Amino acid sequence: MAYSGPSVCGAFDMVVWQLLALAVAAMALPVAVPWLGFVFTVAIGKGLAALGVAMLLRGGLISIGHALYVAIGAYATAFLMLSIGMNELFLLLICATAITMAAGLVIGAFMARYRAIFFAMLNLAISMVFFTLLSKLYHLTGGSDGMRVATPTVLGLTLDRAEFDLVLQFSAVALMVAVALLIDRYLKSPLGEALTAIHANEVRLEYLGVSARGVILAAYTISAALAGLGGAITAVAIGHVVPELSYWTFSGQLVLIAVLGGITGVPGAFIGAFFFELVRTFAADFAPDAWNAIVGAALLIVIFFLPQGLYGLLQRVKTRKARL
Amino acid sequence: MNPLLSVRDLHISFGGVKAADGVDLDIYPHELIAVIGPNGSGKTTFLNLCTGYIRATRGSVIFEGRSITNEVPRTITRRGIARAFQIPQLFTGHSLIENVMLSVAAQHGIWQAFRPLSREAYRNKAREVLDLMSLGDIAHGPTVNLPEGLRKLADIAIALALKPRLLLLDEPTSGVSTAEKFALMDTIVGVLRAEKVTALFVEHDMDVVERYADRVLVWDAGKVIAGGPPQEILRSSHVLERVIGIG
Repeated sequence: MAYSGPSVCGAFDMVVWQLLALAVAAMALPVAVPWLGFVFTVAIGKGLAALGVAMLLRGGLISIGHALYVAIGAYATAFLMLSIGMNELFLLLICATAITMAAGLVIGAFMARYRAIFFAMLNLAISMVFFTLLSKLYHLTGGSDGMRVATPTVLGLTLDRAEFDLVLQFSAVALMVAVALLIDRYLKSPLGEALTAIHANEVRLEYLGVSARGVILAAYTISAALAGLGGAITAVAIGHVVPELSYWTFSGQLVLIAVLGGITGVPGAFIGAFFFELVRTFAADFAPDAWNAIVGAALLIVIFFLPQGLYGLLQRVKTRKARL
Repeated sequence: MNPLLSVRDLHISFGGVKAADGVDLDIYPHELIAVIGPNGSGKTTFLNLCTGYIRATRGSVIFEGRSITNEVPRTITRRGIARAFQIPQLFTGHSLIENVMLSVAAQHGIWQAFRPLSREAYRNKAREVLDLMSLGDIAHGPTVNLPEGLRKLADIAIALALKPRLLLLDEPTSGVSTAEKFALMDTIVGVLRAEKVTALFVEHDMDVVERYADRVLVWDAGKVIAGGPPQEILRSSHVLERVIGIG
């Protein structure tokens, strides 16, 4: 007899609605406050990278070097434009993501052997080596001055900067929804659930005939690809790439965003990124010397009062409503 | 009849302690074998060697005619040997049915990135196993606060969902009250018999051994010192002296 347990469709639909609400906010708010368009585009770039970090956190793996992949995605975009003259926005995003994914696969094959502090520190070490290379190989990377990223064409059309920014903003929002839904499906698949299971009991997973290292490598490669896509979006949004994209403080920002937003659902990373960028923007405006302290205080509040992050708050409200 | 598992001349030492000192044994299909012996005699080490958790320094383990000596746990599991642990190993972040669904998914290939774990086919299979183990009522509950007896059953349910040909159980009644242990073993043995799963269980409780085992193997200092039907083995003065300390 077929078992009729609780359906997961409800949960899936909820994620769709949450992402659509986020997308509508990300497109509508800049209509009233135009400068928010750029802030949200950069936030989506960071949100994608933070989603990669959040995914690994679900498996109990803290990467404090994921800015490496943001930088690879960003610099790949710059090099593709400069070296082979690739100038089409969507092609650039796809190629930069693929290059970062390949880098994630190679580095991940090594990283998947390590856990806990060793995993965290090795990621940090590799990102800092990359930062140093970007800073020192001046003739290739422009050193600490970085590289300029010209405004790409969109489907063959040459747009002025304002038009391009609008197209990029809408494209980033569409990508956010599409990628988040794909990652949501992945996390609910056997492979994604196995990643969460590693956090609880890696030995048992091996005794189910599953390679924990393989599961981690898959997650690591996907998370690198997400960060690479985030880096590519950031590169074309800002129009400039600098070695600081690979610096440890940027990696720290990604972990902070993931924790702020919450790792229990894919919208969390983007909620965290929007919140972080808004707090940072307003804090930098009102207290330019103290924005780090304000962001730090926000994080402390979340850790003390919302251990599941801002997304956890949404879920808590939903649970309370269901009980009433 | 060909043995399901053959172990020959198995050796391993930890410092000066010989945990397996030339172990030779055969396990035949559909047997339910109890392993008894004093603490530190090498019973759990034997399970660890058979499932690849540790590597033998010498000897061989043959399962269904093919060597699995020194293979890693996941390879051995895929070959058809499952294991339940003395301390139940559960995925505490998942509900009970999700634990078993992961096991079902592992059997069908975990490398599915876009189809949900929580699909009808996996749910039904997991539910079948949980119902067999009398765990159906708590299928959707968390595993983290389950009483020890239920945790033991859950651990075994996860192993059984892999559809193993051989199941190795490490002290299934340890930590379970005297009142519960026979009910627990009735459930476990009932499922093993119904599913025709060959099993070997390490056990300290001689009442359990006598009541459920087809054959008993007696371990001492890394060696199998006696083997046979429980009625015979548990009345041997030599065995009683070595295992229980009754001279």
